[in-house]
Amino acid sequence: MSLALLLGALLAAACVVLVALPYLRPDDGPGLLDEPGELERRRLELAETRDRALAALKELELDHRAGRVSDTDYRALVGPLRREAAEALRALEPRAAGAQRVKAPPPG
Amino acid sequence: MPELGRAALAATLGLVLYALVAGAIAARTRRRRLADSAQTALLLTFATTLVATLVLLAAFARNDYGFVYVWQLTSDQLPILYTLAALWGGQEGSLLFWLLLLTIYSAAAVLLNRRSSRDLTVWVVPVLATVMLFFSFMLVFVSSPFATQAAPDDGRGLNPSLQNPYMLTHPIFLYLGYVGLTIPFAFAIGSLLARRTDERWIVTTRRATLVAWTALGVGQILGSKWAYEEVGWGGFYAWDPVENAALMPWLAATAFLHSVMVQEKRGMLRLWNMLLVILAFALSIFGTFLTRSGILSSVHSFTESPIGAWFLGFLTFVVVGSLALVLVRLPLLRTRAKLESLVSREASFLYNNLLLVALTLTILWGVLYPIVHEAVVGEARIVGPGYYNFFLKVFGLPLLLLMGIGPLIAWRRASLRGLGAAFAWPAAIALATGAALLSLGAGSSIPGLIAYTFSAFVLASIGLEFARGTRARRALAGGTWPAAFSALVGRNRRRYGGYVVHAAIVLLAIGIAGASAYDTVSEGRLARGETLSVGDYRLTYTDLVERQGANATLVRARLEVARGDDELGVLEAGKNAYTVERQVSNEVGIRTDLLTGTDLFVIAEQINPDGTVFLRVFVKPLVNLLWLAGFVFLFGALITMWPDAREQRRLALRYQGTDVPARP
Repeated sequence: MSLALLLGALLAAACVVLVALPYLRPDDGPGLLDEPGELERRRLELAETRDRALAALKELELDHRAGRVSDTDYRALVGPLRREAAEALRALEPRAAGAQRVKAPPPG
Repeated sequence: MPELGRAALAATLGLVLYALVAGAIAARTRRRRLADSAQTALLLTFATTLVATLVLLAAFARNDYGFVYVWQLTSDQLPILYTLAALWGGQEGSLLFWLLLLTIYSAAAVLLNRRSSRDLTVWVVPVLATVMLFFSFMLVFVSSPFATQAAPDDGRGLNPSLQNPYMLTHPIFLYLGYVGLTIPFAFAIGSLLARRTDERWIVTTRRATLVAWTALGVGQILGSKWAYEEVGWGGFYAWDPVENAALMPWLAATAFLHSVMVQEKRGMLRLWNMLLVILAFALSIFGTFLTRSGILSSVHSFTESPIGAWFLGFLTFVVVGSLALVLVRLPLLRTRAKLESLVSREASFLYNNLLLVALTLTILWGVLYPIVHEAVVGEARIVGPGYYNFFLKVFGLPLLLLMGIGPLIAWRRASLRGLGAAFAWPAAIALATGAALLSLGAGSSIPGLIAYTFSAFVLASIGLEFARGTRARRALAGGTWPAAFSALVGRNRRRYGGYVVHAAIVLLAIGIAGASAYDTVSEGRLARGETLSVGDYRLTYTDLVERQGANATLVRARLEVARGDDELGVLEAGKNAYTVERQVSNEVGIRTDLLTGTDLFVIAEQINPDGTVFLRVFVKPLVNLLWLAGFVFLFGALITMWPDAREQRRLALRYQGTDVPARP
């Protein structure tokens, strides 16, 4: 057997061992990956809406201050954005608390 | 050691096959250990592919002509750097390089996201493995770089046009771009497979997309510089299908980078973004197919090519499979947000997208038409630069203007009064610039004049953006002007980095317009002592010299250059005769005026036995702005992709709790 073939075989064997490692080493972790449920997905959607509205508000403030957005445009835009952010925050708070409760480990 | 190379590639193939099957089962059944095992397999492909690449590089370094691939591309005389760079000089090595970069990108994507984005990454692994499977299958069964033969005494040498310093870097950047587009594609498809409706895939791949897009852009600039200096025809972009192959995915990725901001800011264009990321990836595969399948020579050489049909099959699978998945998941991609006004930042991004996609598809049709025509009618047709230049003006000039308009309009909607105030200064500066240029004689090219006027508008709006932003920042937080400027850019890296990239595109537009619309050309046969005039320059042919290079004989015509009363020195232009390759290359002479950015560009078309030379000489105003644009582009791109700790914390907070690793 040539050195190259030997090295090739060693490489293949090392790959097999490393790929099998998650099954070979002792593991007391959970067996299944969690999947975000409907509640989590909704929470994430609301978090994105909140972040979007807050970022837009911040940008609008800077643009207004910089003179890129006129006073009229600012007044027309800031109200709906604030409402959007407030709605997302309101909707998010109880749901986030609910999600925490759902994810809390069982007693004992 | 070809056996080791083959074994390493076979191991890669086995690993990706396992990562695909185990990864798909793990994603479906949520089995944690299986998912970990599949991810490890995907990570290991980097090690095995690296071994294969090192074996081939070692064969190049040793000039081991027992490897057919090494024999085809190198010779004993070839300098070592070109010898090593020959790795990507042919088909088999290019495929191996593609695979190596893909394993690097994939390993980085998995390692960076396996904990923070576990739920998504578990679906991404089989997608990445599918792409890797194609390339590793090709390398093992169809186009192996480890084919051997009885070693000849010397190799066949490398194509002289590839023996240029830019060819050491240009392909690396191009491949980094092509391959990098796999990452946003894989996460987009993974997100669809996981039925996720959030923007996690966009946030996760933002930097990888920017890296790929930047690399593709820099690669094209380097390719243009190579064409300008080495190909020796007097231009920098010839609308060659291979050049278009790199431009198309870059344009599609540019559209994606803009439209993705609309999704992040307004929650719109989810479906459009999916389609764009699929288009960009499909075009990157198409680019590799185009350059490697032989289809550009003729439809017949395509059918004879060992890899053409495989690539076409994979491309079809990618496009049909991705679109079918998008169709199945269509309800998830619907958005509630609507475009509030046609005069808004998001609307300007939409117009920009439509123009970019229209330009991309126009170029695609220009590339495909000769192939389709030959396949259907049986005779070859050429789509010349006229076709592309026409559409570049039709779509490119409005795109240039939009780069100035977009930043001045607010998100959601803007009133006419607000717009008037925002546009007043840039419009006035643009009009003044246009009038000044017209009076200086720039009206000889209307598209050139429009391009310069629009460029002035964009630069003015960018300058105004920085000035207003810095003033606002200083009013808000106090401090010095430089501190306010630094805080402004640091806190809004994507926005202001993007403006720097826009400035680079403007420099590019000015350079292209200057060099192509306002250039001067002169040609003539000169005997020793005779003079040729072009523009303000006078060139006097004094002598013909011959030198021996490392692997070629260099023949140069020496020319004394003067402008007005100023003697500007000696310029050489000529040819290299490569001994082993038995080919001759044009070696142009370039004199750069750093103050004006103008080049005097000399091609020695013919060097006759009687000592006379036939010269073609160009004066190319502002052409050096193209290369300057490359640096500015890179600088702006680096600002946009520089990590922002504040944003990372905000995103971590957003996604906190959505990636619970496992349940008992």
